[in-house]
Amino acid sequence: MSIKIYVPRDSAAVALGANHLAKALQYAIASEGHDAIIVRNGSRGMHWLETLIEVETPEGRIAYGPVKAKDVEPLIEAGLLEGKSGHPLYLGPTEDIPFLKNQTRLTFARCGVIDPLSLTDYEAHGGLKGLRSALAMHAADIVKEVTDSGLRGRGGAGFPTGVKWNTVLHAKASQKYIVCNADEGDSATFADRMIMEGDPFVLIEGMAIAGLATGATKGYIFTRSEYPLAIEVFNKAITIAREAGILGSSVLGSHHAFDMELRVGAGAYVCGEETSLLNALEGKRGVVRSKPPLPALEGLFGKPTVVNNVISLASVPIILDEGAEYYRDFGMGRSRGTIPIQIAGNARHTGLYETAFGLTLGEIVEGIGGGTATGRPIKAAQVGGPLGAFFPPSMFDTPFDYEAFAARGGLIGHAGITVFDDSADMLKMARFAFEFCAVESCGKCTPCRIGSTRGVEVMDKIAAGIEPKKSLDLVTDLCNTMKFGSLCALGGFTPYPVMSAITHFPDDFVGSTKLEAAE
Amino acid sequence: MNIHNPLGGVELRALEIVRELKTLEGPLLPILHALHHEFGHIPQSVLPLIAKELNLSRAEVYGVLTFYHDFREDPAGRHVLKLCRAEACQSIGGEAFCNSVREALGIDWHETTPDGRVTLEPVFCLGLCSCAPAAMLDGELIGRADLAAVKAALAEAGR
Ligand SMILES: Cc1cc2nc3c(=O)[nH]c(=O)nc-3n(C[C@H](O)[C@H](O)[C@H](O)COP(=O)(O)O)c2cc1C
Ligand code: SF4
Ligand code: FES
Ligand code: FES
Repeated sequence: MSIKIYVPRDSAAVALGANHLAKALQYAIASEGHDAIIVRNGSRGMHWLETLIEVETPEGRIAYGPVKAKDVEPLIEAGLLEGKSGHPLYLGPTEDIPFLKNQTRLTFARCGVIDPLSLTDYEAHGGLKGLRSALAMHAADIVKEVTDSGLRGRGGAGFPTGVKWNTVLHAKASQKYIVCNADEGDSATFADRMIMEGDPFVLIEGMAIAGLATGATKGYIFTRSEYPLAIEVFNKAITIAREAGILGSSVLGSHHAFDMELRVGAGAYVCGEETSLLNALEGKRGVVRSKPPLPALEGLFGKPTVVNNVISLASVPIILDEGAEYYRDFGMGRSRGTIPIQIAGNARHTGLYETAFGLTLGEIVEGIGGGTATGRPIKAAQVGGPLGAFFPPSMFDTPFDYEAFAARGGLIGHAGITVFDDSADMLKMARFAFEFCAVESCGKCTPCRIGSTRGVEVMDKIAAGIEPKKSLDLVTDLCNTMKFGSLCALGGFTPYPVMSAITHFPDDFVGSTKLEAAE
Repeated sequence: MNIHNPLGGVELRALEIVRELKTLEGPLLPILHALHHEFGHIPQSVLPLIAKELNLSRAEVYGVLTFYHDFREDPAGRHVLKLCRAEACQSIGGEAFCNSVREALGIDWHETTPDGRVTLEPVFCLGLCSCAPAAMLDGELIGRADLAAVKAALAEAGR
């Protein structure tokens, strides 16, 4: 049998040269007559080691990384095809790399392991078991299983998934929809993208189960135009699933119908907000709708609609397969199960780390993330994307848990963490938070639309040393107005990054004394 | 444009695209994407035709077109270079990287080089936050980007 060499086709790997590498490897294999084939897998999530390639050996998969195209010849000479250890890029058995070994991979169990578009691989690694269990259950029992698992929405708000499904199940309508929110616009997040590229069938399976549970027969997945590879892979996966009878008028031969379509956004962060997303799907401006009505009752085209994040839906198959209790046994407090933490920015070990809730922020950024990439001291970690708070190291004892973060004036959001070293200027970051809100505001609320622009101006004043004290009071007022006068979390949560920066890093907000003197 | 005038090549092609996609549920975004892909921008002259086919007002179509950052009303340069301006990229030299590219190209955000070769656009996150700073040239991804990498990609992309 041919030797299998895995070269990821994940966007992060491709951005670091994986396609050039695959080509060079293919050329070497062909010209030297080796009996080897290249499999394009998803990423294992150790992005600082990308492109990380693996060779299948009788002793398991052996990893090398970070590999560039120019390393191919020397690697083959050093025994790459036999998984030998002679080359400096040798990392040993993949599963023994501590970053991977210490994870609890439930949702990402197959990501990086299998060929993402091989249904045979998918089933050989436990795929479709959840859907098969669900097909043997009553809708209400599927919903109960998800409710009992304690799964909360991974898109940011942490709303119990089973409760949402129950509302849709009991709504009476001729048509219901499952909408998967794959708009992943937060900086520092890429978990949704990795699933779409690395294990798309798990998301298709999760959406089909959601359909069975609620009586919805049509699904939409809405993703961003900034994700061209995810779009390509996922569209192929839908076609394959349809041809295999997983999607269509008879899901796996049952009397249930479920099909889906992928739709692409057009560069608007606010479209990640569920009602704005529904408007975009309907072909309207992506403005946020007021609630009520809840999307669960009047969602897409006015019909009952489940809107769930990619990771929420991709976590459903394992819950249906292993049972609610299995999933619920991981985690702490009211945060049950696992969470794919994304370590980004200026960290030494960047990537995706799936683990049960409960690690402290310090364990994550200092331990797992290994501190900064630059080797300088950590100044702050922003958790939860552009609407999340900046945490100073003195607060790194905060456990990764929805309630614990809320109690510290922060949020987990989609679980992305950006690490900053001591060269970061927190005034600039606070200004950016306002600027981002101004650029991306849907325009419906005055505090969000106008307040954010005012915020930028005031930050510039502080930077220039113009009445810093008075200006800071103004920002605080402004943040209060935005917090309480905004319809959605874009305007409502922009105060989190701004106020956390001001509160925890006051030294960055004294303004330039030189300029003040010149004033 | 007066819809009763004979349609030009662009409009005829646009009509084909609109008619092919208008049976979708919520067809406007897929239609705008397809037109954008075909023409590189959304020509003014196709708006009345979209409106008519979808039974919308021109103002509604225009409102949607202008809401989304991706859709441009005028053609871009031959290459579109997007640089990520979001937080994770900023944490590891993103701003300096963006400035170096702007300086090297001699243009600011949303501008096109005088020779019509490159249009520069900011983007807020490419999902490459674990290999930041990030850039995208005509859909090709660049991780741990620097000026040299951008120059190499531009050279490869040709004129
Ligand atoms: C400005 C804004 C952007 C959002 N972006 C996303 C996003 O990209 N992905 C996502 O799943 N949820 C996003 N949300 C949250 C959604 O509104 C919604 O809560 C979520 O999709 C529900 O799914 P879940 O319960 O599975 O988390 C965003 C919310 C706001 C206010
Ligand atoms: S807070 Fe901002 S983005 Fe949200 S609805 Fe209001 S204007 Fe739109
Ligand atoms: S963020 Fe790209 S369209 Fe919503
Ligand atoms: S923040 Fe730049 S790629 Fe995500």
